Amino acid sequence: MNRIHTLFETKKARVLSIYFTAGFPALEDTFPIMEAAQAGGADIIEIGVPYSDPVADGPTIQDSNMIALENGISLKKIFDQLKGFRAKIHIPVVMMGYLNPIIQYGMEAFCQKCKEVGVDGLILPDLPMQQYQDDYKELFEQYGLVNTFLISPQTSEKRIREIDENTSGFIYMVSSHSTTGAKTGISEEQIAYFERVKAMNLKNPRLIGFGISDSETFTTASNYSNGAIIGSAFIKTVKDSKNLSEDIQKYIQSVVN
Amino acid sequence: MIKVDEKGFYGKFGGAYIPEMLHPNIEELKENYEAIMASQEFQDEFRGLLKDYVGRPTPLYFASRLSEKYGAKIYLKREDLCHTGAHKVNNTIGQIILAKKLGKKRIIAETGAGQHGVATATVCALMGMECTVYMGEIDIARQHPNVERMKILGAKVVPATSGSKTLKDATNEAMRAWINNPVDTHYIIGSVVGPHPYPEMVARFQSVISEEMKWQLKEKEGRENPDIVIACVGGGSNAAGAFYHYYNTPEVRLVAAEAAGLGVLSGKSAATTVLGTPGVLHGSKTILMQTEDGQVVEPHSISAGLDYPGIGPVHAHLFDVGRAEFVAVEDKDAMAAGIELSQLEGIIPAIESAHALHALNMIEYSKEDVIVINLSGRGDKDLDTYIKWGGY
Ligand SMILES: Cc1ncc(COP(=O)(O)O)c(C=O)c1O
Repeated sequence: MNRIHTLFETKKARVLSIYFTAGFPALEDTFPIMEAAQAGGADIIEIGVPYSDPVADGPTIQDSNMIALENGISLKKIFDQLKGFRAKIHIPVVMMGYLNPIIQYGMEAFCQKCKEVGVDGLILPDLPMQQYQDDYKELFEQYGLVNTFLISPQTSEKRIREIDENTSGFIYMVSSHSTTGAKTGISEEQIAYFERVKAMNLKNPRLIGFGISDSETFTTASNYSNGAIIGSAFIKTVKDSKNLSEDIQKYIQSVVN
Repeated sequence: MIKVDEKGFYGKFGGAYIPEMLHPNIEELKENYEAIMASQEFQDEFRGLLKDYVGRPTPLYFASRLSEKYGAKIYLKREDLCHTGAHKVNNTIGQIILAKKLGKKRIIAETGAGQHGVATATVCALMGMECTVYMGEIDIARQHPNVERMKILGAKVVPATSGSKTLKDATNEAMRAWINNPVDTHYIIGSVVGPHPYPEMVARFQSVISEEMKWQLKEKEGRENPDIVIACVGGGSNAAGAFYHYYNTPEVRLVAAEAAGLGVLSGKSAATTVLGTPGVLHGSKTILMQTEDGQVVEPHSISAGLDYPGIGPVHAHLFDVGRAEFVAVEDKDAMAAGIELSQLEGIIPAIESAHALHALNMIEYSKEDVIVINLSGRGDKDLDTYIKWGGY
């Protein structure tokens, strides 16, 4: 069974997913960051695949992408770094990245590699549902990869239902109409959106991302969903860190406790 | 048949590869643009402004000295005489009327050289709409007069400081700004790029170019079809406009001039069909310049308007099926062609358009052939470049 499904069967609340950029701050930090995130208490790890043109991301993640690329990261290199990671990491791992680098790698080769190293799911922000169904659904399923779709406050109820029908892992609720890292805090308008989606009784669990940064925002988001995703705030933590392992664990504990 | 399908594909290229956050905006456009464009009210306003404000129809000028030199009947489609100095305004007029009909209050746009930014700032002033233009930090420095033009017109110019700080990054910034302001804002894309329905919509606004060419040629030559149409391709909007009504007339040869920069093998080039491979950029599947790992490569051309790592999906398709001939024109040859036209015909072309002129040296034709070159813009904005280049 896919680790994402197993996770949500046993844990229904306060699920924490941590996003980080592979190859950042230093090229070989990919695996140590995953280890520390798990040790700190993350439930899911999202590995960001760097891209030169990340349109859904704000400055923090853009910068981490640029630095990682300057460090020499590539999808090939990421798969090298992930070789054997399942010996140490037991929580679900998701690859998050824009389509173009994956298309160049070869979609089937990519899926095969994901399966081989032990990746459980994908988040491809510029792959819309229609294109997924037309081109990739069968392939992802063949390799046991769960594909996650985003929804935003502007997503219509009809489309949320369609997405819910076509997803089997979790739904990524973008907390506001923004790029990553743009806003801090959670407004009443956002709460109304969280409540509206909660009341839809979707079959899939929901994680709220964008603008989640600390224990307070994590708890608020978790009150209206199954948990939350932290990206930009985590990137800031690792960026300034002198001791990655210790700082990551401290940060995650400060969020979940 | 060259035609967009209902999912926004031209053959293998096109589509709408966008983050879900932009889905409602793109849907709204897709659902409405055809009906709005077909309405009498829209057509009256659009046609009226093209005539009285832009100065259309633009002349189809028989360039006799150029014809004599090259040994063919060469006509220039004078988009350089459009208000603001290039074809870009055909599209911005169309899109701003559309934005108004959709109830939008704010306009955002990206710009490279500043021509599309100026054309957007212009129509925003005309319609009394708030205007923000994203422009790469490097382009702001090298295209200073256009930055000031936009500001005089009341627009806000925001530097794009991410990535390579040029046109592709300005486009990223505009898309990000749209994600952050999804309800009251319309994004006026400046070329036949971006997610469906932009490429087709922009091409339709620009198609007035070949629409006029047809009746103008009929008047002058007694036939609607030239033998050859030549246009430069950055994103490809002036070319799409000049080719549009000839897409499915195979006896008309379509020639697309890309920018080869310092040479296609120099590492400083923007010859997308030579150097590019299929990929996804700015919301559509197309041909783009990228590394083996799928990172987008920064192109080079002496003309900022051709300095883009991709081409519109329709051009990727025209290339793929062999409907258009693509030539790659180097900086030095474009500059020489620009100076040549200035001295043969008294017309200083935009350096982008000069690439199309040089194609005359790269393709085959005969003395009887009627050739139309789309002169997409005037050279005023490029005076600095001409002066630095010298050789005249
Ligand atoms: C005069 C002129 N021609 C051509 C272009 C290239 O754009 P496109 O390929 O969309 O026509 C530009 C862009 O700035 C331009 O200013």
